[in-house]
This record gives sequence, C-alpha cells and structure tokens, in this order.
Amino acid sequence: MNHSSNSPTVYIPRDTTALSLGADKVASQLHSQQPDINIVRNGSRGLFWLEPMIEVTTPLGRVAYGPVQPEDVASLLANDFLQGDSSHPLYLGLTEEIPYLAQQQRVTFARVGITNPVSLADYRAYGGLVGLQKALTLTPQTIVDEVKTSGLRGRGGAAFPTGIKWQTVLNAPSNKKYIVCNADEGDSGTFADRMLMEGDPYCLIEGMIIAGLAVGADQGYIYLREEYPVAHQILNEAIATAESENILGDNVLGSGKAFNLQVRLGAGAYICGEETSLLESLEGKRGMVRAKPPLPAIVGLFGQPTIVNNVISLASVPDIMANGAEQYQEFGTGRSRGTLPFQLAGNIKQGGLVELAFGATLKTLLEDFGGGTRSGKPMRTVQIGGPLGAYLPEHLWDTPLDYEAFLAIGAGVGHGGIVAFDNSVNLSQQARFSMEFCTIESCGKCTPCRIGSTRGVEVIDRITNNEQREENLELLEELCDTMVHGSLCAMGGMTPIPVTSALKHFPEDFSPAEGANSSSQQQGAEHA
Amino acid sequence: MTQTSNGSELAATINSIIAEHKTLEGPLLPILHASQQALGYIPSEAVPMIAEQLQLTKAEVHGVISFYHFFRSSPAGNNTIQICRAESCQSMGSRELEAEIKQRLKVDYHQTTADGEITLEPVYCLGNCACSPAIRVNDDIHGRVDMNKFENIVDELLTVAVELKL
Ligand SMILES: Cc1cc2nc3c(=O)[nH]c(=O)nc-3n(C[C@H](O)[C@H](O)[C@H](O)COP(=O)(O)O)c2cc1C
Ligand code: SF4
Ligand code: FES
Repeated sequence: MNHSSNSPTVYIPRDTTALSLGADKVASQLHSQQPDINIVRNGSRGLFWLEPMIEVTTPLGRVAYGPVQPEDVASLLANDFLQGDSSHPLYLGLTEEIPYLAQQQRVTFARVGITNPVSLADYRAYGGLVGLQKALTLTPQTIVDEVKTSGLRGRGGAAFPTGIKWQTVLNAPSNKKYIVCNADEGDSGTFADRMLMEGDPYCLIEGMIIAGLAVGADQGYIYLREEYPVAHQILNEAIATAESENILGDNVLGSGKAFNLQVRLGAGAYICGEETSLLESLEGKRGMVRAKPPLPAIVGLFGQPTIVNNVISLASVPDIMANGAEQYQEFGTGRSRGTLPFQLAGNIKQGGLVELAFGATLKTLLEDFGGGTRSGKPMRTVQIGGPLGAYLPEHLWDTPLDYEAFLAIGAGVGHGGIVAFDNSVNLSQQARFSMEFCTIESCGKCTPCRIGSTRGVEVIDRITNNEQREENLELLEELCDTMVHGSLCAMGGMTPIPVTSALKHFPEDFSPAEGANSSSQQQGAEHA
Repeated sequence: MTQTSNGSELAATINSIIAEHKTLEGPLLPILHASQQALGYIPSEAVPMIAEQLQLTKAEVHGVISFYHFFRSSPAGNNTIQICRAESCQSMGSRELEAEIKQRLKVDYHQTTADGEITLEPVYCLGNCACSPAIRVNDDIHGRVDMNKFENIVDELLTVAVELKL
C-alpha cells in the first residue's frame, strides 16, 4: 500500500464478532468509494453491540462510529466522518471516552482494539517486548518469583497460582520441557482468549517465551480450538513475523536462547480443554483424561515437565514483567489479585468484554455495563463460568466477583463468562441441557460421567413429566452426588452444578405444569 | 476442497500429506486435519496408510478419528453450516432457530441436503456469544442470526455455486 502519510487512517476490526456482523463488507465498501484511505484492520475494543465499530484518527484522538453497515459508508463520507464530524447518527465520540470503555481497567487488554494485531511496529510502539527484554536479563528463579509475587492465578478456570506451577516445572529435572497454551476456550459465553489472540497475538507469544525462559523450555504449542478460524489465521501471521524478526526461533532477540512455537488445532471436543486430555490430543491420541498425579508440571507432554496455562494467564505475564509484580497485585481483592476480562453474553443489550479488577459485582456488570437484557424483558438468571457453572438468581448478583466469594455461594468465576437469560428461560430445560452436554462431550473414561449424564437426562424428563416426582427428585440428587464423587475430572464432577443450582434457585420450573410445557419443546433438541 | 474419486490420486495426496507432517512431534492430528482439508473427509483408505507410517494400529487411528466431532469419514456437502447449540445462543432463541433451519433445509444434524449443497452440523460455541445466536458457514461466522438473515446467507451461498458451474 502506498498511501501518503497524510491520507486519513480508518480502523475496521477483523475480530470474529466484527466480521460476523459485516466488517469486511464495510471495509471493501469504504475502499471502493475512497481508495486513498489508509484502512487498518485492528482487533475489537470489545463493545460488541456497536460492531462493526470503525474509528478514524483525528487531532483529538480516535473517533468512533457504529454499528456501521456497508450502506452507511456513503453518508459517513458525505458527513465528513474522516474529520471526526459529530453530526452523523452513528457518531459515538472519542473512543476512549465511551463510558463502557472508560470505566474499565484494561491491563491485559491494553492494546486490544488499538493496534494492528499483526504489526510488530505497533506492538513495540505500545509497550510490547519490554517484559521479554527484562526477562532476558533475569535468572529463571527471579522470573518465577516475580510471577508468584503478582498473585496471578490461572485464568482457565481452576485458579491455581501460576507462579507455583512454574516453580514445579523449573524444579523438575529434565533437559526437555514444554510450554503449552490452552487456547481451547470451550465454555459458552467466553471469548476473551479469542479476542486476545485476534487482537494482540504478540502478547501471548511474548508471555509464552517468558514462560520458556522461566523454566528452561525451548518449545511451545498453542492448542487452539478448530472453531476459531480467524484466530488461527492471525496467530500464524504473527508467528511467521516473530520468526522472521528473531523474536521466535533459535536466537530470541539476539540472546542466544531458543524458543519455537507452533499452533495445533483441536477437533471439536470440549474435553480437550481439560489439561491432561489436551496433552493426549497434542500427542495424537483420543482426548482421554489422565489421572493426576503425576501433574503435567512433572510428567506432561511426551512425558516431559510441561507448563499448561490458559491464554489470559500467559498474556498477563508480559505486563507483570514490564511493570512489576507489585503494580499488578495492587488490583483486586482478597486472594484474587489483578484483573479479569469478564465477558457479557447471552440475552444482554451491551454484550462485550469488560476488563476489571476482581471485586466488582455481577450487578454492576449486568446493569451498568450490560444495560439489561437485549429482549427488554426482565432478566431472570445468569449462568457464570461456562456450561459447568451455576445458574444464579437475582438476589446473588451482589456477590463480589472473587474466587472465594463465589465458592461460598456454590458457584465459580471460571473463565469469567457471564450468560444472561430473560424470563422466557425454563431452568429445567437448561438443567436437562447440562446433562445432555455432558453425554455428548464426556471422554468416556468413567461411568458416573458417561452413563450418569444419560440417566440424568432421563430423570429430569421424568420429573418434568410428573412421573414419580418425589422419588425421581431424590434419585437426581443421588445421581449428582455420584457424579461429584465418582468422576475423575471436573466434566463429570461439575456437571451437577448447573443442575442443582437450577433446582435450588428455580424449583418452580421443575413443577408439573412447567414440565409438561417444556418437554414438548425439548423434542427438537434430541439430536446432536 | 477437491473431491477426488481416483484411487491412486487419493493415495498420492494422502502420502504427500503424511510425508509433509511426519516429522512433527505428535503428527497424527495435523495429518488428519490436512487430509480433511484437502479431501473434505478422511477416507477409509487413509487409515492403514497413516497407521503404517506412524507405527500405530489401524484401530488406534480409527479410534482417534471417531473420538473427535470435527473429523468425518465420509464426504460432506459442498458447504458446511454449523449452528451453535450452547447456552448463550440458547438464551437468544437458538432452539427455535435450529428447528426452523432443519425444517427449511429438510435435514437433521449430520445430514446433507438433497442437492448435496449443505451439510448441517451442531457446534458448541463459536466464541461469538455477545451476538448470539451464531452460526458458522464454512469458515465464516455470522452473528445475531434469524431466519431472514439465514435465507440471505443461503441464497448467497447457492448463487455463488451456480455462478461457478456456469
Ligand atoms: C472439562 C474441562 C474443560 C476445560 N476447558 C478449559 C478451556 O477451554 N480453557 C482453559 O484454559 N482451561 C480449561 N480447563 C482447565 C484446564 O484443565 C487447566 O486447569 C488450565 O488450562 C490451566 O491453566 P491456568 O492455570 O492458566 O488456568 C478445563 C478443565 C476441565 C475439567
Ligand atoms: S469425568 Fe467424564 S470427562 Fe472426566 S475423565 Fe471421567 S468420563 Fe472423562
Ligand atoms: S454460545 Fe453460541 S457462540 Fe458462544
């Protein structure tokens, strides 16, 4: 592209959600009407109800317009949006001043939506690689200590302290170790990993290299779910560039240290997000869960000590290295330190990504950020933490988002995905789906999970059909108990959580009248 | 996707895919992905070839193919449409949407339309949950889908197919 430096720059995201709402068509429309515009394909700011949201650079800063459809391009140009004109109906003002964005605490997502994700020059200009440069001057133990001090806990769901995991791998004697990034992001309502990979892939790459330096590993794999074709494309572009610039490869930034990185695709199995199943899959096997111990940190990929960390855990590390563990752990509350990218999904007016320090309440997220339901009907429940997470009623929405506080109400923060439902939801139907999902996605290794979930669907059907109600309610409770105590991993062990939370907080939905109503609706959901 | 019917051509394709990926650590999934990418499915002929070259049993290779929802052992239609069935999409009416789409295409999940154009599959989350319900058409994801939008998507797909044939 040979645009003169004073041709205007317009940002149009190439994030999956922006694309899913027509961002490519907007870009080609703009290009065909005004070919001299410099179009940058950035990540998304995460204000998804405004996508495709386009931005133009002005002397005052970037000005946003959205949601823009291809047919809006002509009127935008006519209104002189290239100068940041405020008279167009899609005008949103200075991007950074949009309250949804201005009220966040963006740390891990600081660059997402701002930069061209595959431009290393952009990455450097916005503070990228400072953490890696610093890490290259430190001993492995110092890097691990820094991560420990930050208080960072795994963002993939289990909230295990990242520094302790790294210490175990550092201590494990072996001359071959691996860094594996868990980019399987299978939970419904979650898209933070995807957004980070699509919007700032070098941040993940940098985090993985630092992890490699910390424990003495020279090979990394990103295990990416097949359902994310855009992330796959962007990661591969970024890795190729990082290799050509000696950020990846045999001589990381001229240090003489090696780190190589590959993306590997999953193949549509939810259980492969579980770390041992993921390792089996990477090795080329069925994704069957391994018994622990031994921990992957000691016997991991190909039998070698391996760090398995979530995308956001790894992408949090460059900032911790660059700006220090203290500043990171100043965010948060109790033993939940730092920030978490919450994801607002489902029936919500202003769905998107909200990065905040731990301690905010669900109510703040659902109302102040989310703006209530998209349907306009009253919100009735939210499921938090993916398909194995609890359904919470309104009186619990004041609970501060912190791992321990959520544990106390029988729920989990998980990966920070929040799915809102309006009052048309039927919780017996949702409970039934949780069991059904478990039958579809169980790895099959243990009976309580594999068979128990099939029986769970049947028992819920009998309850809602009012067949021997009391006996079946008791049976369901026992079945859940067996799944909790007899399952090898959290797939079988946590499937009862959505079920029992639905039963506990919304018993009226399991009553005969509701049941008769819902079982006829369930017929369409049989085949999967 | 080129669907070759010629046996030796097929074997050559598979052999070159195996050769290209064999030296990777954990080469099986990359080989299966590349095979499905090139052929549209993983033909039964590929199983003994992969098994032999990776020193696995045929049962092991078959076991891996059948474990993963994404891999298929028989050809799909010219296009694959996945409907998200997960919770966020449910909250925005995906159950009704999937019923209507099945009726419109006259197929159930895992089936292909009579004209061979569209194979319908379920999927559990496309990461587009803030704009549910979502579907994926080949590698394109669409958000806030309703029947109106779906009709337009199908029209566009099938028009392109007709234009290519002309
Ligand atoms: C059924 C199941 C599914 C999981 N899915 C994911 C996932 O999609 N992404 C993820 O990062 N962790 C997932 N986990 C958690 C991982 O097993 C593991 O705890 C995590 O990758 C560790 O990384 P972290 O310490 O950085 O969180 C899952 C766990 C279970 C039991
Ligand atoms: S609980 Fe389910 S998914 Fe987990 S190991 Fe057992 S059968 Fe596999
Ligand atoms: S639940 Fe449908 S896209 Fe996530």
